[in-house]
Amino acid sequence: MPDEKDSRTTPADAPEANGNKLRVIGVPRRRVDARAKVTGQTRFADDIFLPRMAHCKLLRSPHPHARIRKIDTSRAAAHPGVYVVLTGKDVPIQYGILPVSQDEQALCVDRVRHVGDPVAAVVAREELTAFEALDLIDVDYEILTTISDPQEALTTPEPRIHEYGEEGNIHKLVALEFGNVEEGFAEADEIFEDTFFFQGNTHLPIEQHASVAIKDPEGKLTVWSSTQTPHYLHRALAKVLELPAAHIRVIATPNGGAFGGKSDPFNHEIVVAKAALLLDRPVKICLTREEVFYCHRGRHPVLMKFKTGVKRDGAITGMHLQTLIDGGAYGSYGVASTFYAGALQTTTYHIPRYRYQGCRTFTNKPPCGPKRGHGTPQPRFGQEVQLDKIAERLKIDPADLRLRIVESSNSVTANFLQLGTVNLAECIRRVAKVSNWKEKFRNLPEGHGVGLACSAYLTGAGLPIYWNKMPHSGVQLKFDRSGGVTIFCGATEIGQGSDDVLAGIVAEVLGIDTFDIRLFTGDTDLGPVDLGSYSSRVTLMAGNAALQAAERGKAILREAAAEKLQVPKERLCFAGKRVFDSAAPEKGLTFQEAVCLAEARFGTIGTVGSYTPPTSPALYKGGGVGPSPTYSYSAAVVQVEVNSVTGWVTVPKVWIAHDIGRALNPTLVRGQVEGSVYMGLGEALMEEQEFRRLPKKLSHALVHKFPSILEYKSPTSLDMPEVVTELIEEPDPRGPYGAKEVGQGPLLPIMPAVANAVYDAVGVRIDEIPVTPEKILKALAEKKAGRDPRFGPTDFPHIHWPEALRVPPPWEGGDGHAVNEVPRRQKSRQEKEKVLAS
Amino acid sequence: MSPLPIASQKTSQIRFTLNGEETDVSFAPYKTLLEVLREDLFHTGTKHGCELGECGACAVLLDGQPVLSCLVLALECGGRQVLTVEGLGEDGHLHPLQDAFADLGAAQCGYCTPAILVTAKALLDQNPHPTRDQIRAAISGNLCRCTGYLQIFEAVEAAMLKIADQKSKVR
Repeated sequence: MPDEKDSRTTPADAPEANGNKLRVIGVPRRRVDARAKVTGQTRFADDIFLPRMAHCKLLRSPHPHARIRKIDTSRAAAHPGVYVVLTGKDVPIQYGILPVSQDEQALCVDRVRHVGDPVAAVVAREELTAFEALDLIDVDYEILTTISDPQEALTTPEPRIHEYGEEGNIHKLVALEFGNVEEGFAEADEIFEDTFFFQGNTHLPIEQHASVAIKDPEGKLTVWSSTQTPHYLHRALAKVLELPAAHIRVIATPNGGAFGGKSDPFNHEIVVAKAALLLDRPVKICLTREEVFYCHRGRHPVLMKFKTGVKRDGAITGMHLQTLIDGGAYGSYGVASTFYAGALQTTTYHIPRYRYQGCRTFTNKPPCGPKRGHGTPQPRFGQEVQLDKIAERLKIDPADLRLRIVESSNSVTANFLQLGTVNLAECIRRVAKVSNWKEKFRNLPEGHGVGLACSAYLTGAGLPIYWNKMPHSGVQLKFDRSGGVTIFCGATEIGQGSDDVLAGIVAEVLGIDTFDIRLFTGDTDLGPVDLGSYSSRVTLMAGNAALQAAERGKAILREAAAEKLQVPKERLCFAGKRVFDSAAPEKGLTFQEAVCLAEARFGTIGTVGSYTPPTSPALYKGGGVGPSPTYSYSAAVVQVEVNSVTGWVTVPKVWIAHDIGRALNPTLVRGQVEGSVYMGLGEALMEEQEFRRLPKKLSHALVHKFPSILEYKSPTSLDMPEVVTELIEEPDPRGPYGAKEVGQGPLLPIMPAVANAVYDAVGVRIDEIPVTPEKILKALAEKKAGRDPRFGPTDFPHIHWPEALRVPPPWEGGDGHAVNEVPRRQKSRQEKEKVLAS
Repeated sequence: MSPLPIASQKTSQIRFTLNGEETDVSFAPYKTLLEVLREDLFHTGTKHGCELGECGACAVLLDGQPVLSCLVLALECGGRQVLTVEGLGEDGHLHPLQDAFADLGAAQCGYCTPAILVTAKALLDQNPHPTRDQIRAAISGNLCRCTGYLQIFEAVEAAMLKIADQKSKVR
């Protein structure tokens, strides 16, 4: 058998080493699933109609915080057309996306924690019947005190929303220190202290979440669902339903937009699965738009305080970041989000000493979780706006300041993140050039301004959600006598183009067309595990797995073709659906002939590939959040026009440069960049997940202010500015063909760039997202009155932080461990002794 | 026998032209055109994002005009012409708009795509040479969360040129 390639080789070098020109990779192409999408044939979860299919509706709590005294479902169960009514006792086992926060129940058993928490489910012949029967369920609630925001959570330890967490209503506290930050401040010429607030917002995928479950002919469970993470849903279903995972099949239908909002296992998914098993008939649920707002898992509202010391030349001597995070009613990804809010500050600029303290509280609102940029856009906003203030005080152009302090390729940061290629400097130079930054900055007429900001993002999380040593992505390839190739992979298509990435890589290696390839993805029965479409991981991880599987297949074909053609193996070229002698191109075989020869010689041809990320040097507790095989970088310039009478902001143009390594399909890459700019502008200017209290006589409940698309403002085609996208392509050896992520990173610089541009336009600092007309007018009034021309938070509350884990940075001889961390073995012994003593 | 719940009573019936084909359909009387298309005729190409007339994902052409099918009662559609994404292509070929959307990245997740395609078709039928601003205005009721709209504008413009080219060849 041919030699097998090691999964850690440097794939980017492989094609060039052969002297082969890339024919698929880097060429703008129609994506493999485009025809299905433009003909309306893409089958989303709610497009599935099965014979005898019943419909499910959930009864949701009208109270933000209450004990359930009693639920009477008898009237609903007797309603004509109703098949079954479920309550929490039918699905009592707790689950959650993270092993450390298994705090959800598919239907609440004794407590509801936010308006919209489900308490019962009706399954009926028709959707309308199920909906009508919800009114016939009687729930007796005992109202509990509502915790509406993190400040209230800190001062109101009782009643506890959950019986776990740090204490009271504090879910998670993080304290990490990399080097002596106080020494860093002592060395500084200037110290900057700023507080910022980033309001929560939601994903707003146009497709409402939907799921269909059946008991299949063998008596096993199949669930189709609009999920980004079929593998994690698979695990949650096995746990809650107490079924062997091997008897459950999860099929992630293509997602009609997700953006992080479909990455938790959801109560509705578990409920329809349970109902299908009970009734032995297909059961579907499709959430209403209002319910999608209750599912949420969107951007956490974060109050943050940055203290940064700088030298006169702009060099950062130390940074201290504190965050207060509004988690909502459940854990979701929140522990990871809390770490992420402090993890990536060090990836853009050199920060020699860094302290992070983060606090996530529970509140009686829909749970927050991962939205595009997961946990990092909020602190990135604060950091990049503060840098704008630093540049102004030091009288250095903001672009020049950043160029002086950017991190370099392959460095290890203070918090032990191993960086890959870092082309942030080139991003800044390019975006400054194409936007005419130097001519515009501080030179445009009053009311017009430009702002610059930068960012970095993961190309896949370095660790899986449940720790294990198995690969993060697997791909199987089947080579058919027809000359067709089939890809099997757990990767999930959520619109980002994951299917096309896999097809493009396999087509490039084998010299065939992407349309000669069939894909079966997002199906836990058909394909090997891929952890899911989150953390911008698919291109690099599933892509590398596909690359390895394709190279292994190519090696088998090459062996057979070389023998037939009597040509040395290394001279064979795979291109144009042929396998031929690169020295004499007319001498060759069709790809199909090569497959047949190889099958005759070696038997049925199937190959596999897998990808496991490299081990991270961050060995301290909490170091599992932040590591990635490599990071993408972006720099953006946003131009604004601010009307000083109305406060209205218009954005005529955005320039953005993105360090992508290599664009596998430039058409899709541009779409990801522009889509990120669009979503960033929405967050910057209008999107907010706000809550209000109903009047006292109307229950005083804390309700979602805008649970509708009409009121939750998002940009339309009329609001979208011209966008100039510049791709910086220096292949990163860690990515397939050198590719890094593009799905999330380009969103991150937009919000701070907008705030910086507003300052350039009208001289007021809006240290709060979204930057709304009201806030601008208030700041303009302050400016007019001769006060601080600013709108934003002024205080950060006192939080009793635990002693920080002290990790000396690499340049102080640190080895990635904390010097004051109790080793796990010792800790468990201490705990055991404590238990024995008690 | 007790009467069926109203949701199960397919007591209403209309005959209308769906994608050029005479179609009879029976349905519960409260149903919207969207629901009848998807649930009773299994034309699932037309999507929904709110069923409140907010997102634009359910747009279809009713007598050539874009309407939000979630706000139209199916009972109002007797004798009328309805065009959905399933009826866009002709003679086994994609409509130039579909080709352009596929080639130029105008469909990412593809969920808002069917509605934008039919809305763009209505625009080009009425105004064969729209400006960028007219394209912006025409699809301003169709929300797309993926693309940032720019590749959609470009695809409509590419299709516009292709259609004009085809017409000039026919002449």
